[in-house]
Amino acid sequence: MTQVSMTVNGKAVSVEAEGNTLLSTFLREGLGMTGTHVGCDTSQCGVCVVHVNGRPVKSCNMFAAEAEGAEVATIEGMANEDGSLGVIQQAFQDNHGLQCGFCTPGMVMSAAALLAENPKPSEAEIRAYLSGNLCRCTGYHNIIKSILAASGQEMKVAAE
Amino acid sequence: MYAFDIKRPSKLKKARKILKKNEGAQVLGGGQTLIPTLKQRLAAPSALVSLARIDELKGIRQKGDELIIGAASTHEEVAADGTIAALSSLAGGIGDPAVRARGTIGGSLANNDPSACYPAAALGLCATIVTNKRKISADEFFTGLFETALRDGEIIKAVNFPIPEAAAYEKFDQPASRFALVGVFVSQCKGDVRVAVTGASEDGVFRWADAEAALAENFNPAALEGLSVDPAGMIADIHGSPEYRAHLIGVMAKRAVAAAG
Ligand SMILES: Cc1cc2nc3c(=O)[nH]c(=O)nc-3n(C[C@H](O)[C@H](O)[C@H](O)COP(=O)(O)OP(=O)(O)OC[C@H]3O[C@@H](n4cnc5c(N)ncnc54)[C@H](O)[C@@H]3O)c2cc1C
Ligand code: FES
Ligand code: FES
Repeated sequence: MTQVSMTVNGKAVSVEAEGNTLLSTFLREGLGMTGTHVGCDTSQCGVCVVHVNGRPVKSCNMFAAEAEGAEVATIEGMANEDGSLGVIQQAFQDNHGLQCGFCTPGMVMSAAALLAENPKPSEAEIRAYLSGNLCRCTGYHNIIKSILAASGQEMKVAAE
Repeated sequence: MYAFDIKRPSKLKKARKILKKNEGAQVLGGGQTLIPTLKQRLAAPSALVSLARIDELKGIRQKGDELIIGAASTHEEVAADGTIAALSSLAGGIGDPAVRARGTIGGSLANNDPSACYPAAALGLCATIVTNKRKISADEFFTGLFETALRDGEIIKAVNFPIPEAAAYEKFDQPASRFALVGVFVSQCKGDVRVAVTGASEDGVFRWADAEAALAENFNPAALEGLSVDPAGMIADIHGSPEYRAHLIGVMAKRAVAAAG
């Protein structure tokens, strides 16, 4: 065991971890922050996406020790300070961007990474950026719509 | 996963020392291939030596007519560089943003997955793989399925790519994994034409000699008309038969030549 320290959502944390402790396990079991989900645990589904130093990372595919000293952001940090939903979260709620909600933490974190790079992405850019995030419920349409809404854009409706 | 310690040296020398001292210790790049392997208990390293803190392995710079890419450069960093457009677009097409934020060029080449993208660029541009011990030409580096010329404990430091006159990579995505079902990298460099194919052969990346000869005469998709690849030795899986892959090689090669020209 070694002590692993990092900043999570702006707060310094330090927990003992094994060499093979994944960042997802560190967050969920070490810190009790279960907002970050684990679906496949094989780096395919993207529900475990968090930001490490501003970049999106599948936390099931990174060791906690590799995040030593890093700034980590998780879904728990996406709400506003008063606890109300942040812009992206609110857009997901308003646009029915989730059904069971299992994929949502990863979707929101990927969306946040995309909008930080590209504040007004096209629908095609959103779809490409989400290629590593799977959803079993929504058929993606409303997720795309939510992210467009979060960036102040409307979905183009196909001609009838 | 089996138990192991992670060491995070900040000097290449120290990394080498740890690898020497700990039998069965293994290098950790971005972990995008190694971690899934460890989860399946297909490897049991005594320790992992992370390259993430070693500055000597980082950075992308041009030196003369070569682009030198540190082995620990992530796919995302290579995608953002743009000096060799075909190489940056290849890197930007690997997996998804989260994979590109962690995965490294050194890890991809050392792994030599038969469906990986970078091996096609290294072979298709006649890159030089620079290790802590020696320089290895891409022609000698890839020795078979998941096999390379690297010796035990040898670390890739950098990859030197000659800057080509023209180059392009066209990948037919396997839609679930986004690895190459077939990918073809073509280049024209100092009069040489290269055509490197990934995703197709059971032996991993290879050069398509007939196409190179035809394109050396006439660098035009039409030059590939009538050429075919023997399906013998091509990968057969649920995504495609050997015949399908052999056919795709021709299609992707033509697209790559059109894109490069
Ligand atoms: C969902 C997903 C999609 C992907 N899609 C693609 C794709 O479309 N195309 C593609 O090409 N790849 C794809 N990959 C693989 C990805 O590119 C990996 O990043 C890459 O294959 C391995 O690089 P790494 O830095 O993560 O290496 P690691 O996983 O850390 O290591 C891989 C191997 O290389 C060794 N190694 C690492 N660095 C060095 C070094 N500097 N010197 C010597 N040995 C070293 C390790 O010991 C290990 O044996 C995908 C991966 C995932 C999870
Ligand atoms: S749980 Fe990490 S990618 Fe599925
Ligand atoms: S809302 Fe159920 S998996 Fe996406």
